[in-house]
Amino acid sequence: MDRLLTAAPITLKDPLDLRSEARSAVALMTPDGVSNLSRRAFLGFGASALVLGALLPPMPVRAQTAAAAAAVKPGSRIPAFLVIGKDNGVTLLSPFVEGGQGINTGLAQIVGEELDVNPARFTVDCAPPGPDYAVINGLRMTGGSFSTRSSYPLMRRLGATARDMMIRAAAAKLKVKPESLTTEDGVVLHAASGKRLSYGELAPVALALPPRDDVALRDPASFRYIRQPVARLDVRAKSTGKAVYAIDQKLEGMLYAAVQHAPNQGTTVQSIANEAAVAAMPGVHSVHKLPGAVAVAADSWWRARKAMETLSVAWTAPAATGLDTVATDYASDGMLAALKSSSGAGLPAESEGDVAAAFAKAAANGAKVIEAEYDAPYLVHGQLEPPSSMARFNPDGTLELWAPNQMPELFQSVAAQAAGLAPEKVILHSPMLGGFFGRHFLYGSANPFLQAIQLAKATGRPVKMLWSREEEFRMDALRPLSHSRFRAALGADGRPTAIQARTVGEGPLGRWFGAVFKDPVDSSAVEGITEKPYAIPNRRMEYVKFPHPVTIAFWRSVGHSMNDFFYEGFLDEIADAGGQDPFALRMELLKDKPRHAKLLETVAAMSGGWKRGPYEVNGTRRARGVSMASPFGSETATIAEVSVQGGETQVHNIWVAFDPGSIVNPAIVKSQVESAVALGLSATLFEELVYKDGVRQSHNFDDYPILSRRSMPAVHVEIVESGAPMGGVGEPGLPGVPPAVVNAVAALTGRHIRSLPLAKTRIGV
Amino acid sequence: MTTLHVNGRAYQVAVEDDTPLLWVLRDTLGLTGTKYGCGIAQCGACTVMIDGTATRSCQVPVDSVGNADIRTIDAIEEDPVGRKVVEAWVAAQVPQCGYCQSGQVMAATALLKQTPQPSDGDIADAMTNLCRCGTYNRVAAAIRQAAG
Repeated sequence: MDRLLTAAPITLKDPLDLRSEARSAVALMTPDGVSNLSRRAFLGFGASALVLGALLPPMPVRAQTAAAAAAVKPGSRIPAFLVIGKDNGVTLLSPFVEGGQGINTGLAQIVGEELDVNPARFTVDCAPPGPDYAVINGLRMTGGSFSTRSSYPLMRRLGATARDMMIRAAAAKLKVKPESLTTEDGVVLHAASGKRLSYGELAPVALALPPRDDVALRDPASFRYIRQPVARLDVRAKSTGKAVYAIDQKLEGMLYAAVQHAPNQGTTVQSIANEAAVAAMPGVHSVHKLPGAVAVAADSWWRARKAMETLSVAWTAPAATGLDTVATDYASDGMLAALKSSSGAGLPAESEGDVAAAFAKAAANGAKVIEAEYDAPYLVHGQLEPPSSMARFNPDGTLELWAPNQMPELFQSVAAQAAGLAPEKVILHSPMLGGFFGRHFLYGSANPFLQAIQLAKATGRPVKMLWSREEEFRMDALRPLSHSRFRAALGADGRPTAIQARTVGEGPLGRWFGAVFKDPVDSSAVEGITEKPYAIPNRRMEYVKFPHPVTIAFWRSVGHSMNDFFYEGFLDEIADAGGQDPFALRMELLKDKPRHAKLLETVAAMSGGWKRGPYEVNGTRRARGVSMASPFGSETATIAEVSVQGGETQVHNIWVAFDPGSIVNPAIVKSQVESAVALGLSATLFEELVYKDGVRQSHNFDDYPILSRRSMPAVHVEIVESGAPMGGVGEPGLPGVPPAVVNAVAALTGRHIRSLPLAKTRIGV
Repeated sequence: MTTLHVNGRAYQVAVEDDTPLLWVLRDTLGLTGTKYGCGIAQCGACTVMIDGTATRSCQVPVDSVGNADIRTIDAIEEDPVGRKVVEAWVAAQVPQCGYCQSGQVMAATALLKQTPQPSDGDIADAMTNLCRCGTYNRVAAAIRQAAG
């Protein structure tokens, strides 16, 4: 035991205050005034919307302004992206972080296609913070299923421009005309003389040349790597334990730290009864009080953890009641009741036609009107790598930080504020992520890196802070619980004439990026209820903001993860009320939407033709449900086949027809859809994070079951390339799954389940 | 001092007797291929082979191991069955985030050592490791391929 530290030696604000810190940091990152754009205009997806990547080049005015402010045009400086060694190996510094979605391989394909280097010879690393990498319209992040679609044209141009630099350098060296040269997998060839110069030889001169901005791109008809199922670059390392994640890293002289957070979020340490005794435990270096937590630093993580668990801590008391904080009586069912009973005025998220007149007409005609309430619970991310971060103060005054993150510049900025340094004094490394699903955005007290910084400062040693799985369950930012109330009027033909929805809750976009996206209607709260493709003439979708006291998060497919369940579940209720087959009704409502209709036909064909059931297979009764979703610029049609055994839903098959417009790697696209299906099914069947008495009721995977092999269905994916603007891939496979499964259960049982997960409802057949 | 036999080498380690094998492998020996996921033997990310049996090392106190032969993912390609499993994993492009795959590969190797031609039921019984990326179907396909 070297020393005992009982007071926080540097002034860090309470992590809960970082909400506003994050907002100011985002504002700092967007000198062009992006803050006045709506999310839709900024992030721009959907067939009719701005497609970011297609604007590069020429650069859009807004980005030019940003570039002028930053004096760097993102994506324009080739040496910031490409390092070509003497061995002719190519390292690509990526704006994005790899966390399983396959972006490293996809980027190698795109750049390699134009550079003329086999992607298999690429090494792809996440680039350090810097203005060169702000390729999403002046912003850098890995999320929103944006990486490929936002950077595809830019990355092609980058590769083509670099290849041109290689050719010009070779022409100068060989004293021949550039037109007489060709390339072949990292080599410049002069056919007339038979001379060959490798990119590695040429790179020192070539990459210093001024880049041309008018280099012709390759004809897509001649693509060799793009659109091919190129093998992932990281698969062998990940199959042999050699892939290195944040948790695996180690620094010379490093201390390991374990932490215990306050049981009630928002409370903090009052006193520690046995501090001296714990400080004397084997290997313990020091005991620390942190905002809302106590931590132990030791010479191994296990010793730190044991000591941490031995601490006898008195915590301050939470507020007794109310929804401004996580109070003593806070409960998720109470929160749901509050959302349901909210009388807040709804802001229009989507309006079309005259809903009031349509319902009045229905009432006058005695037509059918149906209503239903849907809800979905809080969820944790459950990525298998528990969060950790390493921090080291270097002798030169810099802070070096290894932190899982989806926004390097934002983390750098917040780390700098916390440590009292200028941002450029923070060297941030962004390690490969052992799953993320939205986990590693900046979520205030839900990220461990500030604790690592604080302990490194306090101990004068490099520190790795690792959260146990239990601490992760206590602190993870949650997919918000949400609620929507629907109402529909049916015409005499059984088809809907009007639909209205009232969604009460809060989305992560408004919570964490409210200063940037000022639209009072939080798109992340209503997406999946708005912008549905169906021809229902009168629509009014309302949003009522109702802030949660708990930390909320982006979670794979964000608002779509529940809203498409709500909408598509209710659409099946409309179909049943109107005596329509749910597939036929969707086809009818999409007859003027050829892209959607084709997708619906495709998924039906994949599954052997639409049949709702019930029908018998091997002595069990099965039925099918169908759904559609339009998430992240892509389109999906999904069919699920289920049976019910012992009151539990068993899913046998899921078919997904997936149209992301166009693709880079069909194998990775299919893997991503399979993966999204699995996570969507996990949420449909099992997952629910319950608050009771102000604390979370799940602590680990034993009391928060996630999808296991036993419940994994066969998943069938077909990619449809409609040629529409490129959409996202990582998230869109998810939203169709919950409604397809629930609609199948309704086909089997006659009961429309309106509240997830299915595990809490005993289903009769 | 405890002596551990890991991947054919003997190591002397000075740790408390109740330290889980997982943390000795990772922090003391620097063998970080074996992963920490849950610490309660639910997820299987920490799976190693102890005398050929797939074992969740987070629940194995180091003093209970004795002279047993511990094999970890870090040396998987030294094992002929392990090598076949790795090749099948690569061919089937199993991993996504990859974090659980050390444990999956170890569990699959142990299965194929004991049951060279596993049935679907054998795979279901042996492969209980969790995967948040949902690679279950590819894991099963790779095991069938490795079994030939």
